This record gives sequence, C-alpha cells and structure tokens, in this order.
Amino acid sequence: MSKADDSPVNSSNTGFVKIKKLPSQGMISLRGNLSSDIVRQSVYSAVSLELPDIRKIKVGAICAICWMAPDELLILCPYAEVASRVTRMQSDLKSVHSFVVDVSDARVMFCISGVRSREVLAKLCPVDLTQSEFGVGDFRLTRLAQVPAAFWMQNAEIFNILVSRSVARYGFNLLKSAAQKGSEVGVF
Amino acid sequence: MNKRIDRVGRLIDKSKILRFSFDGVSYAGYSGDTLASALLANDQMFVARSFKYHRPRGIVAAGPEEPNALVGLAQGSYFEPNQRATTTELFDGLTAVSQNHWPTLNFDIGAINSMLASFLPSGFYYKMFIHPRSFWKYIYEPLLRKAAGLGKSPVDRDPDCYEYFYYHTDVLVVGGGISGLQAAKRAAESGARVFVVEQGTYWGGRSLVDHAEFKLTDHLTTEDVIDQFVKQLSGMSNVVIRTRMMASGVYDHGYVLIYERISDHHPTLGGPRHRLWRVRARQVIFATGAIERPLVFAGNDIPGVMLASSVRDYLMNYGVACGNRILVVTNNDSAYLTAIQLKKFGVDITRIIDIREPSTSALIETAKANEIEIHFGKAICQVKGKKRVRGVELCDSTGRADLEYVACDTVAMSGGWTPTAHLWSHCGGKLFWDEQKAMFRPDNARPPIGASGKRLAFCIGAANGEMSLSKALLHAQEIGSLASGEGGEGKKTNIIHYKEEESETPILPIWKIPSNAGFNLQNKSWVDFQNDVKVTDIQLSAREGYESIEHTKRYTTLGMATDQGKLSNVNGLALLADALHEPIANVGTTTFRPPYSPISIGSIAGEARADLFQPIRQSPIYEWHSNHGADWEPVGQWHRPYAYLRKGETVFDAVNREVINTRQNVGLFDASSLGKLMIKGPDAGKFLDKMYTNMMSTLKPGKCRYGLMCSENGFLIDDGVVARINEDTFLCHTTTGGADNIHAHMEEWLQTEWWDLKVYVTNLTEQFAQITVAGPKSRMLLEKLDDIDLGGEKLPFMSWIDGFLNGLSVRVFRISFSGELSFEISINSANGLRIWEILMDVGREFDIMSYGTEALHVMRAEKGFIVIGDETDGTVTPQDLNLDWAISQKKTDFIGKRAQERTHFKDPDRWSLVGLQTLDGSVLPDGIYAVEPQNTLIAESEMIGRVTSTYYSPTLQIGIALGLIKRGKDRLGEVIEFAGLNKRTYKARIVSPVFFDPDGEKQNV
Amino acid sequence: MLILYCPYCGALAEETELVYGGEAHIVRAGSESTDTEFEAYLFHRKNPKGVHFERWRHALGCGKWFHAARCTLTMEVFGTYSAQTPRPPQYICDAIKFKYPSWSWK
Ligand SMILES: [Zn+2]
Repeated sequence: MSKADDSPVNSSNTGFVKIKKLPSQGMISLRGNLSSDIVRQSVYSAVSLELPDIRKIKVGAICAICWMAPDELLILCPYAEVASRVTRMQSDLKSVHSFVVDVSDARVMFCISGVRSREVLAKLCPVDLTQSEFGVGDFRLTRLAQVPAAFWMQNAEIFNILVSRSVARYGFNLLKSAAQKGSEVGVF
Repeated sequence: MNKRIDRVGRLIDKSKILRFSFDGVSYAGYSGDTLASALLANDQMFVARSFKYHRPRGIVAAGPEEPNALVGLAQGSYFEPNQRATTTELFDGLTAVSQNHWPTLNFDIGAINSMLASFLPSGFYYKMFIHPRSFWKYIYEPLLRKAAGLGKSPVDRDPDCYEYFYYHTDVLVVGGGISGLQAAKRAAESGARVFVVEQGTYWGGRSLVDHAEFKLTDHLTTEDVIDQFVKQLSGMSNVVIRTRMMASGVYDHGYVLIYERISDHHPTLGGPRHRLWRVRARQVIFATGAIERPLVFAGNDIPGVMLASSVRDYLMNYGVACGNRILVVTNNDSAYLTAIQLKKFGVDITRIIDIREPSTSALIETAKANEIEIHFGKAICQVKGKKRVRGVELCDSTGRADLEYVACDTVAMSGGWTPTAHLWSHCGGKLFWDEQKAMFRPDNARPPIGASGKRLAFCIGAANGEMSLSKALLHAQEIGSLASGEGGEGKKTNIIHYKEEESETPILPIWKIPSNAGFNLQNKSWVDFQNDVKVTDIQLSAREGYESIEHTKRYTTLGMATDQGKLSNVNGLALLADALHEPIANVGTTTFRPPYSPISIGSIAGEARADLFQPIRQSPIYEWHSNHGADWEPVGQWHRPYAYLRKGETVFDAVNREVINTRQNVGLFDASSLGKLMIKGPDAGKFLDKMYTNMMSTLKPGKCRYGLMCSENGFLIDDGVVARINEDTFLCHTTTGGADNIHAHMEEWLQTEWWDLKVYVTNLTEQFAQITVAGPKSRMLLEKLDDIDLGGEKLPFMSWIDGFLNGLSVRVFRISFSGELSFEISINSANGLRIWEILMDVGREFDIMSYGTEALHVMRAEKGFIVIGDETDGTVTPQDLNLDWAISQKKTDFIGKRAQERTHFKDPDRWSLVGLQTLDGSVLPDGIYAVEPQNTLIAESEMIGRVTSTYYSPTLQIGIALGLIKRGKDRLGEVIEFAGLNKRTYKARIVSPVFFDPDGEKQNV
Repeated sequence: MLILYCPYCGALAEETELVYGGEAHIVRAGSESTDTEFEAYLFHRKNPKGVHFERWRHALGCGKWFHAARCTLTMEVFGTYSAQTPRPPQYICDAIKFKYPSWSWK
C-alpha cells in the first residue's frame, strides 16, 4: 500500500457549522455471514472490536466498524494499516465464503461540526434527525441530495459523512451551501 | 387620503413607518402591514385589471384567497409576477407594479374586451379558432399567446437561493388559529412530538378579529387563552411552532410539503428566500379555518365590493377603514360583526341589507342596539360605479319591488363560509354537503388513510364546519388527544368546557341575488373574479351539456386561476346545480390539487441549481485534464475530456492530432470511469455464465475475455472485458454509464432469482484509476518505468499481470479498444494522478500525448468496434452486430437466451451492422436514415437502416461510418441512399465495418 | 410519496431512497418454456385496483431487494418481507384478509 493522498484539504468556516474534508481514511469492505463466529473472530482480531448491531457503528480508539447490510461491514482504520489488516482477515477467512477488499480510495469523508450540524444534514437527507431518533452510535445509509451517502455522529456536535470519491466536490459544495449563514432553522 | 383609524390595528406598529411604491408612486405604511392593507390605507382600492376582460378590480379579501390583487414585485432580476398583495408583508423599499394592462392601470386598451363581452362567452375560443384549420398555427395561436397570460415572466436568472428541510413529527397541526393551538397543546401534553405551522405571521387566526374580547371562562378572554396556548407550546421541548409556513400539499403516507417564506419580508436578511419543508407526520390535524364566500349580484366585481370578513380584518388588524360609507349585504349573521365593529370605531355604516326574512339573534340585537339600520328581505339589484363603487340599487330579495338608490363607496358582502378542506382532500379525504349549514364539510366517516391503513388526518374548528368557538375547542381537545395516540376514550378527562356563545340565526342559502335576476343582471354577476366567469357562463355550459362540474370547470375556466377558486367554487357549483335542477350534493365538488397556494419554482428546485444542479462525477485525474485544455463531454454524470485543445486549435484539429499521434507514437487516455465490478465466491463462474452471453467459467486466471450482457428480453445492454483474477474471483469491466446499473442488475439476479449462489459483487469503480497507454511506442514507454515484463510472451494480448511501475503497485491489462498495442494500467485512485504525470513526463521522449473520448471513438470506429448507446438503443441484439462469436452455444441458460430464440430475432430482414463509406469521401451526418425509394416521394420511402456512428478518419483521410442496415450482411458493395435534412440525399457504399488493420496486426505485436 | 420499512436493515425508507421493481412473485420462464409461457413471464403484469405485491430495492441504503404488500387504492401497506420467498408470508395474508375478507392469495 502506498502512502496517503496529499490532495489539498477542503474546508470551510464561512457557514454556521464548520465543514472539513478529512485526510485519507482507511476503509475495508467485508462481505460474509455476519452471524458466523469465524467472521466475528476475524474482525475482532483485526480491529479489536465487536460487530455493531444493525444500522449501528462500533467505534474504538483508532478503528470503527459500520453496519452496511446484513452481509456487509465497512471497517475503518488508519490508511497506512489497511493492507496488513486486509491480508490478515483474508487469510483468517480463507475457508469461508467471504470477500475482504480495500476500498479506502473509493470514498471521501467529510466532517461537519457545530451545534447546528443536524440541521445541515436535515436539509439534504430524507432522514429523521431528531435527537431521540438519531444519536451517537447510529449509522445511516441514505442520500445526500442526489448522491448516495452514509453518516454517523462522532459526538453531539460532529457528524462524519461518506460520499463517493468522484462526487467529493459536489458533496462539499452541498454541505457548504446548506450551512450558509442566515439559513439556520432552529428546530433540533 | 389616509384611511387609518385611531385606537385599532392589532398587527401594526405606528412608530415604524415604511416607504413603498406602487406603479411608481411613493406611499407610506406601517411595520406589520401587508401590501394590501397599506394600499387600502392610502385609499388605493383599484389595483388590477382582470384576466379576460381587463375590468378594473379591487382588493376583495385579506388572505391567500384574494383573487384580484396580484402585483409584480421588485425589479430587475428579483422581479416576480403574480404576487398576492394580501399575503405580501410590507417592508421598507418594497416596489410593486400592477399587471394585465397597457399602457396604464387607469387607461387600458385591453379593456375593449369588456365591451365585447357579449361576443366572448365561454367556449368562444374553442368554437371560433378552429376554422380554417391552417390558421391556428400561424395566425390565431401567436395572437392569442400574446394576449394571454397573467403578469410578465421575469427574464433574468433568479439571484435568490432556496433549500429543503426534511422533518419528522408525530402530530402535524396545520393552522395556528385557536382550534389548532388547542389541539396542539392537548397532543403535546401526552409527550408526542408536535409541529404547528401557521401560514400567516401571527397566532390566533380569525378568533382574534371576531371574538378577541369574548369571555371564554370567567377570567379569560379569547385573546388571553390564545396567549396562554402560545406561551405554553413555545416552552415545551417536544413542540415546534412556526409562522410563515404554508402547507401547500398533502401526499401519501403523511408526507406534507410546507412552504416557508424566510426573507420575502426582509430581502436584505441574506440566506435562502424560501424553504420547502418535506415533513413526515404520523397524524395530521387540519385547523385551516374557513373562507367567506362572496355573494353573486350584478356589479359585484367593482372595486369597493369586498368580503365582509376582510373589511373586519383590515379594521381590527391594520386599523384601516376600507371606505367612508360602507354598506353590508349578507345572508347570515357573521357580517353583522363587521357593521358592529366599524360602527364602534366611528366608520359610517349606511345599513345592513339582510336577504333573510326578519328574525332575531344576539348579533342582530347588538346591531340594533348600536343603532345600525337593518333592512330584511332586501337585496342588491346592482352596484353602480366603474373604478370604484358609487352606490347600489336595492330591491327586494326576489328582485320585484321598486328600486332604491343608496350612495356608498364600499360594499361588505357575506355569502356564508366554506371550510378550507383543500389539504384534507389532497390526501383522499371526502366531503359532504351539509344542507343546514350550506357548506361542504369534511366527512369524518371517510378520512384520508395512512400507511398503516388507519386514519391519517382530522379536521377541527372552522375547517370542520364548526363555527361555534366553544364547540370547536371541545372537539379540538378530543382530536388532539386522539392524534397523539392516547386513544379517544380514556382521556376524556381533563377536558376544559368553555363558555358557549349565543346562537345565530341560520344562513339562507342563496346563490344569486336577487333570486329572480334576469339575463342582463346575471351577465354582470361575477362568480370567478380572477378568470372572469359570470353566472351566464355557467348557465351556458349547462345548456351545452356540460353536466359534470369537472367539465364545467374546464369549459368556463371556473376555479382554474391561480387562486384555484377559493372564493368561487361553491358558488359556481351551486349555480350549476341550479341550472341543472339537481341538488348540490349530486353535483359534487371538483378535485383539489396541490399547491394550496402557488409556491415559488425556486423552492421546488431547492438547492439543485447552478453548480449543484446535478452531481458532476470527476475522475482522480480531473484537475490535470482541466489544466490541459480539456473540452468536457458529459457521459452520464461524469465529465470526461472530449479532446485536449492546444492554443489556436479547433476541437476537430485536436481530435485528429490525438488520433494520429496515438497511431504513430503513444497516447494516454483516462479510462477511470469504466465500471469495475469484483465478483467473488465459489459460484462466481457459474453466476457470470448466466450474466454474460459468453462462457466465462472457462476463462483461465490471468486471462481476459470480451463479454456481452443482454437483458432478459434478449437485447444487448452492456459490454466489457472480464479478467479472471483467481479461481473464485473475476473482475468485470462495464461501460462508463453502466457501472451502477450493471452492479444493480447483478445484485437483482443474485438476490431475487439465484440467491442460492455463493457470490459477492463489490463495486470497485471508484477505488481504482485506470489509464490506457496505447500506440506502437507504448511498451517501450512502460518498460522505461520498471521491471515488469510486458513482452508478448509474458503478457500476450487479452491477459493481465500485477507489478510495480515506478514503485507504485499496479495491475496491467493488455487489451485494446483502439486497435493499437495497448495496456490498461489500474492503480488505486489516490495514486492515479501521480502515475499519469509520471507517464506524461517519461513519455515525452516517445512524443506522448493525452487523447480524449472523441479520439477514442474515432479509433474504435476505424476498427469497427461497437459502443453501447451508439450501435445499440435497447432493441439491438448481439447477432445484429455480428457478435455471434461471443454467444455461447453450449450454455443451457443465460439472461436473454430464451428471448433470442423467438422468431423475430431470427428474421433475416433484421438490420445488421455494416461499414458505410460515402462515394466522395465526405462524412455522413449522424443518425440519418437509409431509405429505399418506393416512388419519387422520399416521405413514402421505406426506411431500411440508419447511421449509428460517423467520423472523419484522420488515419484514412475519409469519412467513415457504422450503421445498421436491413439485411446488411448480405449487401456488401451495394450503394444505398440516406435521407438528410432539407431533402438532401447522401449515397454511401456498404463496406466491412473494419476499416483499419483488419487482421489486428498492430495490437498483437 | 410512500415510506416503507426495509425488512433487511429496519430503516424507514422513503420512496426517493428506494427503487421500484414491478410485480413480485413472477416465476422465471427458462430456456425450456413455450413462447406463450415466456411471453407471460416477460410481459404480462397485473395492475390491480387493490391489493398488490411488488418488489422494491433499498437502493440508497442496505441495497437489498424486498417485497411489499400494498393496497394501490388506499396506499395501506400490509407489510414488507424478504424477496427470497415464492409466496407472501402467512401473517401478511392474514392482515390482508382481515381488511378484505374475500381476498385470497392466487
Ligand atoms: Zn435496508
């Protein structure tokens, strides 16, 4: 695995929340039978985390596991450590039908922070973002305006958002426009 | 002349003066005014011309039901036509212009239509402009188009911005009148999430105008109760209440669109102008109130004739007297309030004309006690005046007795009330005709249904036809409790019973006055003000056989204007019922459709405009292309370089240069957008055998195979190179546009038909950049970079290998779409740009140039290679494209196999792929059709094929084309004709589709 | 605009997150089928005013195909269930029968 992408970081401070495109994030797609012990053990030995519940994210010190589908996880880890972790899981899971692959370059990650960050996403995603319905630990796949996206909360004020690499610019501009000053909503 | 009254005007702040202009004249209003109230305060009653006859029209109403007072607002790129003065909040610097006249509002040439009115009845246009047929297109339509239309379209791009907001709630309460607030409070007390929206700027609705001082309890007036509700609701964490929020439409499963006006009243605020809320509610409560109906009498459209309730609104809310001498005409008690309030503030009430027989009620007695003259059993025969009411001629209610003339400048009319049930109807709620109350009311037995199959919505208060305050509040508490999910029965406790007001004398349903009015009067009695529909138009429509209200609506245009008949519908259908001698219930109502009131186009588009109009997908090498003269071509949502323009070069020059250089030296092409699907599992080969027409399971690891995919209907849908990675893993390349579709296609078959197969499909399109290095010097270039052996022995045509280039991990495929010696380098996207720049740099000594999609297309056409979407259009089979070799005969099944066995697929007359070459070497126009002349007329010729791809070939220096021609395979050498535009014909010879290097010597070195 | 529970991930997904897939429980006519059978499989679809079984994919979500039983007239949804079954589950049939006693599956 070669070293991280050094493309300039996009960030915006002009709106009512702060928007940042994060540096390269290691991401591993795992397809397999999530209820099997061998998959659970293999993931645990690779990232030291239990599997998340349905539509949840399990976050550890440097790694996290996102629940994507009944047979799919997205494992987050440092970019530079992807290759070794992929190899390890691949060899652990050799005997069972599964697919582990590096997808770190397929998506980009944004982070929006501020007390009104929920509002920014509620302008773009058809999801109930009320506190009682979406909080830290939840993970949601949906759309961000016209493109597929996924998001979760780092804490009460910070969201992480994934979109496809090819629409990174569109995604950034969307968030920026939704966070423009004067467009605060004030419902959450 | 100033029409403000002291000591009254709940909504205005007289300490804040705002300047505004109307038709270039400057006026003053107060903070809190609407444009309409400020115009009335300045004695500007006449504000518009009507649509069809250009009659002078004045302000009639005080809310969104206003049919006449439409104006153009703002200037330049901010200009917006057809804005309602009654819902436009005044701000300092507002600029408004009147509409629908030329040259001025006061003197309008188009008003001649009014004199021709008797020649322009309903259906006139349909009957008149049909003969002769040929006149429609060139004479009638252009003329009518010029004359038609309400207001002017803005010409500039809208400089404002807009947005959506997705919001979920348990209970949505639409309408912030006292009933809505009461229901919301009750629902919120149960802990449910409650969202209350009000279209106007204040809470409390009509009850503040009509009953502000009424004692609902021993200690609390209506106003006190409303204040309490608002205070309590604002303090609850499970409640959101907002004004300037109009519910515009209600759709399936509790989906409600709400239009928020954020900065219309404050244009310098910044931020979005409108926000369209996309709300999901488990339960919806409509507390939308009721709208007063006009009475129908001769001259009821003359400026100065207004709804009695709006005369009250202007007085109580804005401190404006609509006239100096006001006459009230009514068929019910509510208009008495207007007279009583006006009298209280010293406005001259000439008299109340009550169409009913003499009777008594609390309101009637109060009016009498205030020494207001009441004339029972009377009616208005007609109103006198042109641009303002001068007086009225009175008669008895049937029209018989002697006329009496009364001077006045304003007529306040009331024909009863219509519950605002539009939203209830949007989502399937039904209405019934309440004979006693003379109104269409929501039928609680037939409510809208939600996703669960249970009741979705409720109507309360005046929207439910309940005009009694105390009864409405009682009902609102019950419904609030029910909607919150508490269940009806158990929670009847804690219900507050408010004091009942005194009863009213029933309404007298009467649909035109006087009841025996003759044609001349009825022909001046307006039903729909905005669309100029008269009583006689409805009668004509009935005579001509339009028995359904839906037909009458379309024939007369009744209710089809921008106010959607908020004032006119009930009068109109009652008059139709009368003309048809049917009960009103049998005629029924027209269908209500969203939006309740017009909303801006910008709000519907939301954020999707300018650079956010749609996503543009960019390859990892996008910036480089952008910096090197890329002329962009949209391919699906991708933007790909069509060609790289050098200084002074045309696109045509650039394409030719790129083709020649690739054929002679080496070219670099960004193929990153090609789909890359990784298929893994023990059944991967078996699965791909079903997906592709070819046999993929026999492919050896390390090898590539060109594969075709068909739909179940047998037609070609995608193509691409499949590489076998190892025993249970394949990499399938798709077209640029096909990546997502083919991924979905594979998932669909895997999940819904062959779910027993052990296969995972993962879309890695964006994980990898892919770069084509093509041309006779491509191998030399790559060998410079590292130690991979790319020789013909180690890496033969149609195989792949992993290795390192300049230390970067890559996979190299030896495949060719240009016919040249060619390598496709796959690398993780983060390194895409880096390897591209290295290749460009090292390639300089081999005269490397980047090439775009057009050069790619030219080269593939020279080789006779097809492109999905050019040679295919969803009705083309692989066999049509001479690709039989890629269809396995051994497989018992693949998607499309059974379909291809149908007789039509074996028809020898099918159009098949050929090469086409003009006799003079010119380039055939794209997409033109080949014809076989049946006689001298081209139009009657048989179409026998078409051009699917056509280019100038710089390699061969002639025009070349691919086409699908009937029996094409059997017609080599034949010259056929193509019909171009402007009756030009082209002649071309059918040749082999492979124009260049037919034996593939160049790609196989 | 519809809102449906995805039986695979439990998300309440609105129509814009879903892709419609037409009538459910169509049995594929394979290579051995007659022209008539194949025509019916490929082209003949019900368009009922009432109870209907249809295919949906949670495309902007977990990506799984599922089936929904819905009344096309009232928009009532009787339930969503796995696409990997040849017939609707009994509890959904019961829910439909409760509402429309004369209804029966095939
Ligand atoms: Zn799902």
